Amino acid sequence: MKIAVCAKYVPESTAARRIDPQTKRLDRSGEGALNPFDVNAVEEALRLKEAGGGEVVIVSLGPERALEAMRRALAMGADRIVLVADEAAAGSDLVATSRVLAAALERESPDLVLFGQQANDADGAVLWAAIAERLQRPLISQVAELSLEDGKARGKRQTEYGYDVIDAPLPAVVAVSDAINEPRYPSLKGIMGAKKKPQETVSLADLGVGAEEAGEAGSRTTVEALNDPPPRGDTVKIEDDGSGAEKILEFLQERKAI
Amino acid sequence: MKFLVFLEHHEGRLQKDALGLLSRAASLGDAEAVLLGSEVNELAAEAGKYGATRVHVDDDVLLDKALPQPRVDALETLLGNEQFDAVLFAASVLSADVAAALAARLDAGLNYDLTDLAVEDGKLVGKRPALGDSVYADVGWTSEPHLALVRSGTFEPKEAGGSAEVAPFESRFQDFSLAATMVEQAHEESEGPSIEDADVIVAAGRGLGGPDNFGLVEELAKALGGAVAATRAVVDAGWYPYSTQVGQTGKTVSPKLYVAVGISGAIQHKVGMQSSGLIVAINKDPNAPIFEYADFGVVGDLHEIVPKLTELVRARKAA
Repeated sequence: MKIAVCAKYVPESTAARRIDPQTKRLDRSGEGALNPFDVNAVEEALRLKEAGGGEVVIVSLGPERALEAMRRALAMGADRIVLVADEAAAGSDLVATSRVLAAALERESPDLVLFGQQANDADGAVLWAAIAERLQRPLISQVAELSLEDGKARGKRQTEYGYDVIDAPLPAVVAVSDAINEPRYPSLKGIMGAKKKPQETVSLADLGVGAEEAGEAGSRTTVEALNDPPPRGDTVKIEDDGSGAEKILEFLQERKAI
Repeated sequence: MKFLVFLEHHEGRLQKDALGLLSRAASLGDAEAVLLGSEVNELAAEAGKYGATRVHVDDDVLLDKALPQPRVDALETLLGNEQFDAVLFAASVLSADVAAALAARLDAGLNYDLTDLAVEDGKLVGKRPALGDSVYADVGWTSEPHLALVRSGTFEPKEAGGSAEVAPFESRFQDFSLAATMVEQAHEESEGPSIEDADVIVAAGRGLGGPDNFGLVEELAKALGGAVAATRAVVDAGWYPYSTQVGQTGKTVSPKLYVAVGISGAIQHKVGMQSSGLIVAINKDPNAPIFEYADFGVVGDLHEIVPKLTELVRARKAA
């Protein structure tokens, strides 16, 4: 069983974030980390490997220095990293990112591709469906319980209306929610051993993806302008002196909310 | 501009967000809709009331279950038959997967997490908040059709009373799209409106103190005719079901009134409810971030204020 976990290098969550006014993209020059939601996917991959054997490979698209952050997954127990690092891929939107990542995954041809539930630096949560489409594999998203049996992945997931249980024959693409597990911390031994594990950096050319198919050239969306958020009205804050409930009711009546 | 709006439905009802998006599309141009499922013909007429001039329907047992991949095939079939400038989706677990996979299928740009759509100089422009909604980006497309995924709770449905022509079509399916199967669908029976559809939400956070105190919140919600929601901390602690979770890893809601009880209002929560019409907050911590964006905030003990407010609302409604 070969499991690929798609992982993203994101700005450190404690760092102040800004958008570069020139490129209109998130400034990624500061410290970075493995996207915390992807850690759940790594954990799930490790549990599946521990139960059934196999290999866990981390597949990522990002700058060269992302390797260091990705080593956290190796320290947890993943076997190796494939990082697509290419200047020409910077600024890729969904169409371009999915094209590049799918090419990297095809090269690995894993039995199972896992994703975390979102990147913490973008509110997309859309990449896995595009990857499943490009790989032409069945998809289960938002999975809170995952099992593998008889060559099938079975995922239980939460939707707006309750639970779904979905089966997908392998090879499949599964996105897990952060409710699925409690990720382990890397052991000291794991951290020490991580550096020695295989860490491969590949270029777009290595994957047979043309430079014009990636980055801004390969993207189909643009950021035209950046604006301030729309203003909210005035806010009122009072101390409760025993009449707090009455004051709320008065406010609701005044604003015709009741 | 000619739009196609993807209409999601559940148990014989069109989803509120999809109808809101349809209303918005109708205000911007010519709005048509697509309805996929099994035994859904009756719902097509409903879409006309919200501004759809035509509803493209594939009523097929292969579209019976709420799985995304067969829907991608259906949309590809339809987009092969008919031309649209833009295809619009209201975000949900299902719709987000459909939109993203369609983008890859067509190599067409998808802008997501949009909180508004406008037509400026004849071009479609999406508005997308970023960095915890502290910046709003205007986003555009360089391919056709433009694909847009709109944040849930963004547009309110407006009944305009029109009628739609029903245009049946037949989808061509790919093998891999039919590979995943729905084994079980268990739908929680919830009392009162679901939080996406509710006009009033009373939400509780860790400040409530424990699961037993949810009664306070439920009573207030009942008095106001609303639904109960919870923060991530409360759901993680097992006090309340995930289906009620509002925030970054839960749902995005925009009721007319949002009452936040014992919620500090961190950014992860804020992104899920800040587009609510009115926000009222009750919290004992005067420095809670929620007071920065609550229209009306009371610093005090929720255990005293909430029951009293419930009584007052009941009395007022009885009057």
